[in-house]
Amino acid sequence: MTITFRRPRLTKRQRRSLIIGLLFISPAIIGFFMFNIGPIIQSLQYSFTRYNILQPPRYVGLNNYRFLLEDRVFKIGIQNTLYMVLIGLPIHLVFNMLMALLLNTKIRGLSIYRSIFYVPSITPVVASTIVWLWIFNGQFGILNEFLRFIGLSPIGWLTDPKWVKPSLIFMGAWFGGNTILIYLAGLQDVPHDLLESAELDGANAVQKTFKITLPMISPVIFYTIIVNVIGYFQYFTEAWVMTATRDGAAGGVANSAMFYSMYLYQTAFQQFKMGYASAQAWILFMIVLVATVILFRTAGWVYYHAEN
Amino acid sequence: MTAAIPWRQNRLIQDRIKRTIAYTIVFIMAAAYIFPLYWLIVTALKTDIEIFQQPPPIFPPNPQWHNFGESTTYIPFWRYMWNTIAISGLTVLGTVLSCTFIAYGFARIQWPGRNFIFLIYLSTIMLPSQVTLIPLYLIFRDLGWVGTFLPLVVPHFFGSALYVFLLRQFLLTIPQELSDAARIDGASELGILWHVMIPLMRPALAVVALFTFVQTYRDFLGPLIYLQNQQDWTISLGLKLFQNMYGAQWQLMMAASTLAMLPTIVLFFFTQKTFVRGIALTGLKG
Repeated sequence: MTITFRRPRLTKRQRRSLIIGLLFISPAIIGFFMFNIGPIIQSLQYSFTRYNILQPPRYVGLNNYRFLLEDRVFKIGIQNTLYMVLIGLPIHLVFNMLMALLLNTKIRGLSIYRSIFYVPSITPVVASTIVWLWIFNGQFGILNEFLRFIGLSPIGWLTDPKWVKPSLIFMGAWFGGNTILIYLAGLQDVPHDLLESAELDGANAVQKTFKITLPMISPVIFYTIIVNVIGYFQYFTEAWVMTATRDGAAGGVANSAMFYSMYLYQTAFQQFKMGYASAQAWILFMIVLVATVILFRTAGWVYYHAEN
Repeated sequence: MTAAIPWRQNRLIQDRIKRTIAYTIVFIMAAAYIFPLYWLIVTALKTDIEIFQQPPPIFPPNPQWHNFGESTTYIPFWRYMWNTIAISGLTVLGTVLSCTFIAYGFARIQWPGRNFIFLIYLSTIMLPSQVTLIPLYLIFRDLGWVGTFLPLVVPHFFGSALYVFLLRQFLLTIPQELSDAARIDGASELGILWHVMIPLMRPALAVVALFTFVQTYRDFLGPLIYLQNQQDWTISLGLKLFQNMYGAQWQLMMAASTLAMLPTIVLFFFTQKTFVRGIALTGLKG
């Protein structure tokens, strides 16, 4: 902003429009400094302190970061979160794309299907997670009932450390219907004449999908990857509701469902270690920053056609 | 030429087979997506004995409709519902109001440095909320706002980059001549926004309002951090924390969860077109 002010040769009209423009966006400017930049800097400052809210923050240098390196739960939290980003997310996106491709075959009753896939993603997470808790229930859950029915032994969906993350991914697919609709909207924008001319050239369905359809909607795919990667690094509510116990602890058996944001929440708001939690927040910031930079740097596969 | 006819028929049959397979898969998947909601309602209609029956009845012989009424007293349901709607409503108001102004400033007024600043502003979309969580909590605490709705609502009166982007995209499609004509007539920027743009922006504003409402209505972490008095809880907090406190009365929890879902689902069915348009808009931003 200071750059624009320093620029010497602004005509009177330009200066006027600058002032009016800044007035219009002034809520954004205030919000940007008060709710984004300010807190980011403060959070960095707190990360070098010990602060339990009751006593004023005390400077401890890099101690918080040093402790984090040896914090076992923190490490598990990173591992579990990466599990969701690297395994859960690709599964979801591929699955959602397959569903969108199926729905794009001029299927009858499309608007009904669209509603069916979309509605779960607008239900309150807690309310629908409660029914999933019951579906996954080890003793009375319908899933295990089904396993018993076909002669398999029941699974501790939420209690077996091996199964809890796959269970969360399974449930997450149910919440992800809005991605199906985003893909479907993209697919419907792919020009028909392109597909037809490829067909005349003898391309089969698979070739058409990989050579035309997917490249044409690659910007949409890229968008969903960015949004969901950032979203999964903040993964909280589903896992929290699924694993919270009566005494307020969460994270599942042996921290098998302890995710980054959950540990951060526990550190800050249950143990009131604000400095230690701020260090975690800053590391999260760095991780997400690096992840987005990598995603944008490797975005060579994203194809923007001329109109855009 | 003659060979083309059997090839054609062959193709038609192939197409039909493919289509049947696609229909079957979509149908099965749709059933799978509905099932949890079905199971939610069915479980809500069971007696506390039927809940633990093995195998579980697929539909209860005597649906306990009174469970729904009971669930609204098992937790202070209406109180929580009112809190949730109040917070969501104020959030919608703040978001729509602020984003309209900001988007207008970024789209319809030419000022030096505009695009550069917009790009910086847009990058805040990628900021995880956990990064600013602790300092914001401490600021709100110093202000004496923790335990009120204010920390959940007030920030939304200062814009949200994603919705500013969405409205800006929409405003950019409106021909410049409309603004120029109004300016020649002596209209101020505020006048143009109010009399010319807002009427045209209605579909986009509806998308922003709906998405914001649903997003706030579903939120759990925000209320969990800021709402400390039990009477201020939102429905999501109420559902979860009551279960922790008194143990799960599953059929009542299910009934309350069903009722808690109704507002967003009903809203969706009445405004389906707006939702679908909004989804297409958010996807377009790649």
